[in-house]
Amino acid sequence: MAYSEKVIDHYENPRNVGSFDKDDKSVATGMVGAPACGDVMKLQLKIDDNGVIEDAKFKTYGCGSAIASSSLVTEWVKGKTLEEAGKISNTEISAELALPPVKIHCSILAEDAIKAAIDDYKSKNTAE
Amino acid sequence: MKLPIYLDYSATTPVDPRVAEKMMQFLTLDGEFGNPASRSHRFGWQAEEAVDIAREQIADLINADPREIVFTSGATESDNLAIKGAAHFYGKKGKHIITAKTEHKAVLDTCRQLEREGYEVTYLDPQEDGIVTPAQLQEALREDTILVSLMHVNNEIGVIQDIAAYGELCRANKTILHVDAAQSAGKVDIDVQLMKVDLISFSGHKVYGPKGIGALYVSRKPRIRLEAQMHGGGHERGMRSGTLATHQIVAMGEAFRIAKEEMATENERLLALRTRLLDGLSDMEEVYVNGSMEHRVAGNINISFNYVEGESLVMALKDLAVSSGSACTSASLEPSYVLRAIGRDDELAHSSIRFSIGRFTTFEEIDYAVKIIRENIGRLREMSPLWDMYKEGIDISSIEWSHH
Repeated sequence: MAYSEKVIDHYENPRNVGSFDKDDKSVATGMVGAPACGDVMKLQLKIDDNGVIEDAKFKTYGCGSAIASSSLVTEWVKGKTLEEAGKISNTEISAELALPPVKIHCSILAEDAIKAAIDDYKSKNTAE
Repeated sequence: MKLPIYLDYSATTPVDPRVAEKMMQFLTLDGEFGNPASRSHRFGWQAEEAVDIAREQIADLINADPREIVFTSGATESDNLAIKGAAHFYGKKGKHIITAKTEHKAVLDTCRQLEREGYEVTYLDPQEDGIVTPAQLQEALREDTILVSLMHVNNEIGVIQDIAAYGELCRANKTILHVDAAQSAGKVDIDVQLMKVDLISFSGHKVYGPKGIGALYVSRKPRIRLEAQMHGGGHERGMRSGTLATHQIVAMGEAFRIAKEEMATENERLLALRTRLLDGLSDMEEVYVNGSMEHRVAGNINISFNYVEGESLVMALKDLAVSSGSACTSASLEPSYVLRAIGRDDELAHSSIRFSIGRFTTFEEIDYAVKIIRENIGRLREMSPLWDMYKEGIDISSIEWSHH
């Protein structure tokens, strides 16, 4: 499969690989996908007191496009509010990375990961 | 050392320079370019003689009579001719066919076609090591079983099946036995007298010959009849019409001659190379060999690197030309059906890599391969959330995943 230069760049030099403490209240964690389907994405956002994402980290098990999609998203969400980050759509991701049609599901997964992280943050911070 | 390193000899092999040299003598005006079917001049006679020699060289490797060799365009065509040809000819005797789930698509898809035509096909489930036991075949054989098609060596996991035992069972049941030997010719001894096989498919390009040429062994004693799939000038005793591709046939003959001569020494060398590769990886965690190690061709090893996805692994190993058991081309990606059939779960099937070593592989290349495999598996695992969970002692199968 021929990948775009951007996918290869993110794959070979992934940005923001790593983890935050998932029990930290300022950390939002979204884990989506399934091993049997060949991709699992874990996206973590560190959110400051003003509701702005100050840092993001990811770990991904998946093909090159899945790794690139999650790496790209960690760059994009930084400095955004949760609301702004929630508006990032899979079409923007796939357009930026020039994903072929068979790899669109990777960008959908990245969008889902952001939404899952936001849900996690909300449930964590409204529980009490 | 040239990069990328070719470790995909089960997909195809480069043509041996000795074979290429020979092949080129049968193309141009100053070579022997005649049509072997031309009976009225020496151009034809010389081409026919060259084809006869090649036929003998191929028969020689498997202890057959040259008159039992039918040239085709490759193993896929040989499989089609054997299975459809026998099923159609003997269809009045019965409609039952037996094969296995780990067969090549050329066999499986041909059987599917026969199912659409009203035949009944039993697909045997191999054991966990990839072996189809003779007892399994015995149990599946019926009075109306007209054909059994089982491969000699599996293309993905390199497992060698007990063809001689299948031969005994089929002969006793008066059932025709077809064997796809595309991956075994030149790697494992084949003796049609000892093995009691009726039909065997061969490929040229897996044995350092050219692509586009193959052969089907069709037994004369007992005499096996086939309905032709290609009609025309009645070449190849009516079983496969079409002008014989002299240059390709001569090349395949030369390739099989070399294979017979060098098989023993080559297997020793391949085994040493594979052992070096395995030794280099053996202390890594969560590495699994797929298929039997005991019954396996020397040049094949199929390994799953748990918690690393296959396609990203192939991307990471861009300096190694290898095959992945995973084909991530659709929303729900499909793991290798061979690995699924031997009971590997999806994750391990997705993370599998087939290394196939061949005539031109060097120890230097293997050492380099070990180095980049180790580096990249480490890098990808650092990036894998599943690896984290494994390290934390979380059972991944206990989690409810959202299947998308």
